[in-house]
Amino acid sequence: MMKPTLADTDARQGILDRINTKHVDIPPLPDVDVDRVIQFDEPIDKFVEMLAMVGGQAHQVDSQADVRAQLEEIEVFRTATRIVSLAPESIAGTIDATQIEDPHDLSTVDWTIARGEFMVAENGSIWIDGDTLPHRVLLFIAQYLAIVVPRSQIVSNMHQAYERIENFSARFGVFVSGPSKTADIEQSLVLGAHGCRKLQVLIVGDL
Amino acid sequence: MLPIVQHPAAAKEFVNDPNRSRWHDQALWFVRSKRDKQAASLPEWEYLRETASGIKTHTIANLAHYLQEFERNATARGAVVHWARDADHHNEIVLRILRDHKTKRIVKSKSMLTEECGLNHYLEDNGIDVVDTDLGERIVQLRGETPSHIVLPAIHIKKEEVGDTFHKHLGTDEGASDPKYLAEAARGHLRDKFLAGEIGITGVNFAIAETGGLVVCTNEGNADLGTSLPRVHIACMGIEKLLPRQRDLGVFTRLLARSATGQPITSYTSHFNGPRDENSELHIVLVDNGRSRLRESETFRAAMHCIRCGACMNTCPVYRRSGGHSYRATVPGPIGSVLSPTRDQNSYKSLPYACSLCGSCSDVCPVKIPLHHQLLAWRGELVGKKLLPLSKRLSMRCASYLFRFPALFRLVGKVGRFALRVLPRWATHNRLNVWTIARELPEPPKESFHQWHRRHRNH
Repeated sequence: MMKPTLADTDARQGILDRINTKHVDIPPLPDVDVDRVIQFDEPIDKFVEMLAMVGGQAHQVDSQADVRAQLEEIEVFRTATRIVSLAPESIAGTIDATQIEDPHDLSTVDWTIARGEFMVAENGSIWIDGDTLPHRVLLFIAQYLAIVVPRSQIVSNMHQAYERIENFSARFGVFVSGPSKTADIEQSLVLGAHGCRKLQVLIVGDL
Repeated sequence: MLPIVQHPAAAKEFVNDPNRSRWHDQALWFVRSKRDKQAASLPEWEYLRETASGIKTHTIANLAHYLQEFERNATARGAVVHWARDADHHNEIVLRILRDHKTKRIVKSKSMLTEECGLNHYLEDNGIDVVDTDLGERIVQLRGETPSHIVLPAIHIKKEEVGDTFHKHLGTDEGASDPKYLAEAARGHLRDKFLAGEIGITGVNFAIAETGGLVVCTNEGNADLGTSLPRVHIACMGIEKLLPRQRDLGVFTRLLARSATGQPITSYTSHFNGPRDENSELHIVLVDNGRSRLRESETFRAAMHCIRCGACMNTCPVYRRSGGHSYRATVPGPIGSVLSPTRDQNSYKSLPYACSLCGSCSDVCPVKIPLHHQLLAWRGELVGKKLLPLSKRLSMRCASYLFRFPALFRLVGKVGRFALRVLPRWATHNRLNVWTIARELPEPPKESFHQWHRRHRNH
């Protein structure tokens, strides 16, 4: 075991003193009035539209039993051999990530099938709770990512989204909106930067 | 002493290449247009900006309280919170963590704070292999340059130049410049670096006092890949990055990516609450580096609201045509021209003049920093401190004298109108007069406004 690096707090008091010496009147902290922000009558439709805009693909299926057939339509899924599924009730994987200790050993994973908690219509994102991930790297290291999310779980906007996760207890959580992407070379959009090359979202009716 | 930045001279090379200057201008205007579309898609856009500004004003006013609350909660979640008074101190803290872990290789995601502190050079001088993993930052790192934009670090580089750089460093085909091909090559190259990285360093977009958690936003997924493989994560942040409550993120995640790149949200908005597990470490470095001093200024305090979206750069007519490097600072553009002189007035005194006072920056700023008012205020301060060049000071003195004596003013006007008519071109367009390098003089009017008014006042 290496010696732990202790907090360097030598400058702490100096910084706080400097701030405290200059008193600034404190205006009240504003709250967002949810009646003043956008809501959608058909949030699923908006979600599907926004997901397409951010480069992801939505598939609406009635039942969990349809998830595999839906994914089988994608060639890179049919030919994939190393699949981690975190939604085994919908689809089985080929690797049990809970048996893997070092996240580096997941570097050759073809697909991760993750569980989404809920969708956000305004930006096509899905909240993933870190407690569902045996290794958080699974979301980012797999070549392809699919997220299975219940159709009933959707909010219109980010204010409602944060209301839902007000006291989430996991050490990690992430809103995923589309596949990883970059436009750093001449503003040309390229999907598949460091994380997944493509993102499939399976919106399941009976989940 | 820092060297004195003369923005016009620093911009000269970029501006004198009209193809590049125009291309750069259009690339950024494209980003600005995408931002407009996103802003217009939300009827509550102005309400969000006002709320964001209110949250930031409150937080900066009450900063000591929120910093302590954040430290307490982050520590309770198992993070180690360090306090750095300035850039050097920040770099020393990071190096000490690396040394304690006998680390030689680190993977970094985009952090303007570490750029501000010069962390890369410091670590390299101390034998650490630093890999920037954001594609744009990797491009400028391989080229031995610095980012020219805080969100789009390689916006000034053409794809052919990226192709040359990758051919040299990554072995891509000579002459290849297809962005897809180049990005794929970088993906392969950086995957190996991610797998070999011993410690991951990231910046911070938002830190939450109430939870002690951090939020990092990326499109590439590099911050996540860089911190979910190694056991140690170092997060570096300026003390102004705080938000009081987690629900405040509802406002800021809606504004950030829409303002920055015209996306409804970044691909990944990652929330880190403490280290990954019991066997991992999260170090958070809170950096002052002049921020507590900036907070003391009534005029410039609001610059601490900045969430580093880059919208003010994308819209700035001067930035778009002169390129980010002409500001000679980590943060260029309007917000950079406000912040840089707070570090060193004399060095950066030309930056508040790299501005037409058009006000577009203030209009797009998601947290409503009154940028063009601040730039004008800087000019007042600089004049008061006699930091302007003699030529500008003298001509302003002459103008002030002229305006005080109407008869003299009328006479000089007459002389001017006459001179405009009779002077040969070589007398006005020569190398002594920089004003006419790219401008024509106006047609002389037949009479002054004063004369015209006199003729018409009885009608």
